[in-house]
Amino acid sequence: MPLDLMQTLAAFNLVHFWALVLAFAILIYGLLDGFDLGVGILFGFNADPVQRDQMMQTIEPVWDGNETWLVVVGTVLFAAFPAAYAIFLSAFYLPVVILLGALILRGVSMEFRGRSGRLRGLWSGCFSGGSLVATFVQGTAIGALVEGIDISNGEYAGGAWDWLSPFALLGGFGLVAGYALLGAGWLVLKTRGGLREWSYRWLPRLMVLTVACVLASFIWTLMGSMDISHRWADSPEWVMVPLVLVLLGAGGLALSVRQRRDRLAYPMAAMIFIAAFCAFIFSFWPWILPGDLRFYQAAAPPASLQFLFYGAGLVVLPVVLIYTVGVYWIFRGKSRPIDP
Amino acid sequence: MELDPLILSRIQFAFTMTFHIIFPSFTIGLAAWLATLEGLSLATSRPIYRELFDFWLRIFVIAFVMGVVSGIVMAFQFGTNWSALSARTGPIQGPLLAYESFTAFLLEATFFGVMVFGRQRVSRGVYFFSCLMVAIGTTVSSFWILANNTWMQVPVGYAMQGNQFVPTDWGAIFSSEVLWVRFPHMILAAYLTTAFCVAATGAWYTLRHRHAEGARVMLRMGLGLAAVLIPLQLVIGHLNGEYVEAHQPSKFTAIEGRWQTEQPARLLLLAWPDEAAERNAFEIGVPVMGSFFDSLTFDSREPGIVTVPVNERPPFLVPFYGFRIMVGMGLVMLFVSWSGVWLTRRARMDKGRAPPRWFLWATAISFPSGFIAIVAGWFTAEIGRQPWVVFGALRTADAVTPSLTTSAALTSLLVYVTLYSLIFPAGTYYIWRALRAGPGAEKTTSNQGDRGLIVEPARV
Repeated sequence: MPLDLMQTLAAFNLVHFWALVLAFAILIYGLLDGFDLGVGILFGFNADPVQRDQMMQTIEPVWDGNETWLVVVGTVLFAAFPAAYAIFLSAFYLPVVILLGALILRGVSMEFRGRSGRLRGLWSGCFSGGSLVATFVQGTAIGALVEGIDISNGEYAGGAWDWLSPFALLGGFGLVAGYALLGAGWLVLKTRGGLREWSYRWLPRLMVLTVACVLASFIWTLMGSMDISHRWADSPEWVMVPLVLVLLGAGGLALSVRQRRDRLAYPMAAMIFIAAFCAFIFSFWPWILPGDLRFYQAAAPPASLQFLFYGAGLVVLPVVLIYTVGVYWIFRGKSRPIDP
Repeated sequence: MELDPLILSRIQFAFTMTFHIIFPSFTIGLAAWLATLEGLSLATSRPIYRELFDFWLRIFVIAFVMGVVSGIVMAFQFGTNWSALSARTGPIQGPLLAYESFTAFLLEATFFGVMVFGRQRVSRGVYFFSCLMVAIGTTVSSFWILANNTWMQVPVGYAMQGNQFVPTDWGAIFSSEVLWVRFPHMILAAYLTTAFCVAATGAWYTLRHRHAEGARVMLRMGLGLAAVLIPLQLVIGHLNGEYVEAHQPSKFTAIEGRWQTEQPARLLLLAWPDEAAERNAFEIGVPVMGSFFDSLTFDSREPGIVTVPVNERPPFLVPFYGFRIMVGMGLVMLFVSWSGVWLTRRARMDKGRAPPRWFLWATAISFPSGFIAIVAGWFTAEIGRQPWVVFGALRTADAVTPSLTTSAALTSLLVYVTLYSLIFPAGTYYIWRALRAGPGAEKTTSNQGDRGLIVEPARV
């Protein structure tokens, strides 16, 4: 059915807009839930019961809202790019189940832990284990996505275990390191005393690990024969953006650790994360599935995108950002352990 | 029954949905009740309201978190198990669910943090505002979910483009009269569920001679609210029956359980079907009342199951008995709340006398009535829609993920069953402990961080 030019243009712009919102929602999810998953990962490496309680306290007021951004990512994908939503979630059937299971355990264990006597150890284990598994699975899924997934006739055509590859495992390790880095940055911002020092000791190690994983996967991508590999060969100058960001972030983080600048660590860790995210986005655009499906092919019809745009895009999203910032503002500053 | 990806996915959806709906059923009303208590506390400064608020907040936290984590599963399950449905109806169902996360899920989850940990950090006005936002979030959330499900039950405002359902008229989707009877039906159900939990708690404390003042407030408010809402709910429920009769004859005839068309029609109370012979092997019915309930006349002609083609008939037992369980619970609620209002009024006029013990017991054990009614109602609605996933337009069998293997589907089902079997008893136990401790008890909601994190002024 022929569409007139104006309509095509309008739809095209909306596809742009929703691709941006999708990218933005993924980034927000990573930066926010990333730090509280990271605190969960670090929780498993800290044996001091008082410090463990303090770690929990720093994320308790905000984790719930953070995790909800994952639902935003899922539903935006469903609404704006239903074809891609159907393919991704079929392809990642098992990882999604593991991820959701881990998030469920982790979420309830945070509430249960403070109420339990004998089972406290179990819930603590669920909290740190759940955080670790959820992060690792997210990372492997990203890795598998970069490698590309099998589709034919617009449907997933691979097996249930295709996502598990060496490259995907590297993605898993990378994200664990990256989220833990964000988590350590958050702890430095929010705590004092022993826990703050402990977090400062973790920051450099995690930074080296994260940057190493990001670089390794980037080089692997360039050497490999994935669809994405050729994209970088065509426009190598784009490498500068993530590279500059990584260097800035790493430098700033080193400064923060050396001079014990509590407020600098998290933003700088976030910058390293954003650098990796930029590399990821540049690899894809304009493909939502490299080599198989472009964003505008996967997009919902204009009637859906417009309906979303005039309500959720124009009105609700800014309001959400305002109150999210507002709630973080309410809980600003250091949290101090309260004597039981 | 052959275990294939389709049946496993249906079982998984039913299981995760049933588990999930229990918590919103409770928290939609509880959020509103908490906002009300906080408002009363602000308006009257009576300490009892604050005490009750703190008490119910402890319970709310557990139920809310269970609702959130099980809700996230629902958002992804459309894609994992029903990718063919998602790809086809995404242009309509996607935006509805996206609006839910943008306008409701984020709102309630974000302000929930302030509600639980922000007491010490914000002014009373901002705190009350946060309670309101959580209450509004839970209610708006159910609106979008009902809009989405209503479109699947009675699809309107769409056209087919290839094999995709494309929206042609969002206005028709939102002004559908079906949505505007189903959404109030669910909200009232949620409020009734909470009202009965609150009243049952009050009754239980009264029986145990504890927390007399709080128990009186809970009994009075819970029963009073239920007494007002239940007649309204019965009327709205009847209107829901009318939409089913008008739009979903296959579901309607299964609920009625009549195989052959009758005039005047009987109302069947109990039945056991003999599907091969297209009649009931056993039935107990009341003459003429079927016509009365379906058409408000005593001689109307009412269609039977045989009027529906064989390959479009839903299963018999679940819609038939689910509906009767739901209505039965409604009648229980009507009886308990109306007798309760009368008895508590009489008890109050007769100073110092509690309502009779039989009544307190009846109220205490009726606490699950709302949950049972909601689950039974949803089972009736969803299984009665079969074999369609989008009624009359897409079959459930054609909606399942094509690449899904039986082993993968079985794995995910087992994961959810295992997890939920761990967290449900635990959550129920912690709620029970909070109830046993009662209002004014030592707080233990979090990792000793319940009073909010104390801040020092930010260093400049």
